[in-house]
Amino acid sequence: MRRLLNARPRGGARLLLGFLPIAALILLYLVAAQARHAENPRDKILPTPAAMAQSIEVMAFTVDPRTGEIPLVADTKASLTRLGIAIGAAALTTLVLGLGIGLLPYVRAGLGPLVATISVIPPIAVLPILFIVFGLGETSKIVLIFVGVTPFMVRDLAGHVAAIPEEQIVKAQTLGASTWLVALKVALPQAMPRLIDSLRFSLGPAWVFLISAEAIASDVGLGYRIFLVRRYLAMDIIMPYVAWISLLAVVIDLLLLAWSRTAFRWAHAPGGRR
Amino acid sequence: MTPPALSFRNVWVEYGDNVVLEKLSLDIARGAFVSIVGPSGAGKSTFLRLALGQEEPTRGEILLDGEPIPAEPGPDRGVVFQRYSVFPHMSALENVMFGARCEQAPVSGMLAGRARRRAREEAAALLHQVGLGAAMKAYPRALSGGMQQRLAIAQALITRPRILLLDEPFGALDPGVRLDMHELITGLWRDHGLTILMVTHDIKEAFKLGTRVIAIDKRRRDPHAPNRFGSTAVYDFPLDEKARRTVPPEVAALTAA
Repeated sequence: MRRLLNARPRGGARLLLGFLPIAALILLYLVAAQARHAENPRDKILPTPAAMAQSIEVMAFTVDPRTGEIPLVADTKASLTRLGIAIGAAALTTLVLGLGIGLLPYVRAGLGPLVATISVIPPIAVLPILFIVFGLGETSKIVLIFVGVTPFMVRDLAGHVAAIPEEQIVKAQTLGASTWLVALKVALPQAMPRLIDSLRFSLGPAWVFLISAEAIASDVGLGYRIFLVRRYLAMDIIMPYVAWISLLAVVIDLLLLAWSRTAFRWAHAPGGRR
Repeated sequence: MTPPALSFRNVWVEYGDNVVLEKLSLDIARGAFVSIVGPSGAGKSTFLRLALGQEEPTRGEILLDGEPIPAEPGPDRGVVFQRYSVFPHMSALENVMFGARCEQAPVSGMLAGRARRRAREEAAALLHQVGLGAAMKAYPRALSGGMQQRLAIAQALITRPRILLLDEPFGALDPGVRLDMHELITGLWRDHGLTILMVTHDIKEAFKLGTRVIAIDKRRRDPHAPNRFGSTAVYDFPLDEKARRTVPPEVAALTAA
């Protein structure tokens, strides 16, 4: 008999294996929800699919007469705007600082220690400072995400740029490239796929910072909504919202990956994965 | 009389107490193919870094066409390293065009219209010469080691360097491929009238390709302080056709050690 570590599932078997635990989890939930509702028809902790469908109808397809907007759409717009601005600013800052620190010894000597120091500060710990300095508005939420993800990304990119073989940098100079052209034509294109990778990794923490900030001080947003309805034990709203947030995260991740694959084909192996 | 293409005048390189090169003086004539050999650790790489401008001599001076060389790499000196000297994010054609772009578009790095067409034609011609005419659109990762070195050579030639520096250029290649590369570089050297300085640890290669072989090693040794004395040119052979086929025993012994 073959060793277990050499036995590989193929084709249909592999798909089925991946689907089984998910199906089991859903089934477990349905059975548990059914059991609780049999005991107490007004149970709120494990809402039935029908109850969730009803909440989705209210949150995602019905205009709230007070605000004149569909709650889920308004929340999604607000959250994605904050996330987008913060991540965009983080990416730009990372490119400029990462290239500078990675390529230029003077910038590395000047800014390296500062970035290293900032990156060990837990971002949530500075949230009170941000609220005091920037107020409770949009700025402090965006700055929290920015502060939370940028130092890590800068260090990662600077390391990647510094690891470009010296042979390449010298070769570029013997072909007449100035510092500017080495940065623009040699380092920048090679930094981009790495930056996109590092954005994909940073989105996880970015969501955490976004939802934390929204939970503490906000009047609209996905994180605000789930912490608001928590007071009423409204699991029928929280669970669809969590699913929606996860879906958004997956879609953004796939979009970034697709961008990297199409725009930086050289960085990806012909087979796809790199 | 025209000055030598490259000359080292009484060059010393020291790191504190560690003397790497001492009293190194030599002239390299225009059109020569000079092979530099020597045991590992003798300072072959330091020698090349000096010529490139990656490093400055502690004492002495280095002249390119009679002028002191700038203290950093520049387009007057081309280079091919053993590895990593092509850009992975550019196609073969773009890799070769890079030199033309830097020269003609120092701000944007981009060429348009006629300048672009001319650079493209020149790059394509060079790629055909090194046998990569069919792989112009390929990225380096799709090329074999030998093809990458062909690309690196074509890339270096577009700026018409006054001297071409080769740092163990064929060291990572299979023996068969290496023979093809020998033919290629000899042909290019003749056709383009190049001046070539090649560092190699392959003594046969040095004698086969060079018009002159220089061995560098320590002339004196202090067993208690191995870094006390530096290397210098200990043998200097101008080669005619016949001499190329036989390696003098003292040189063979030097690199066998």
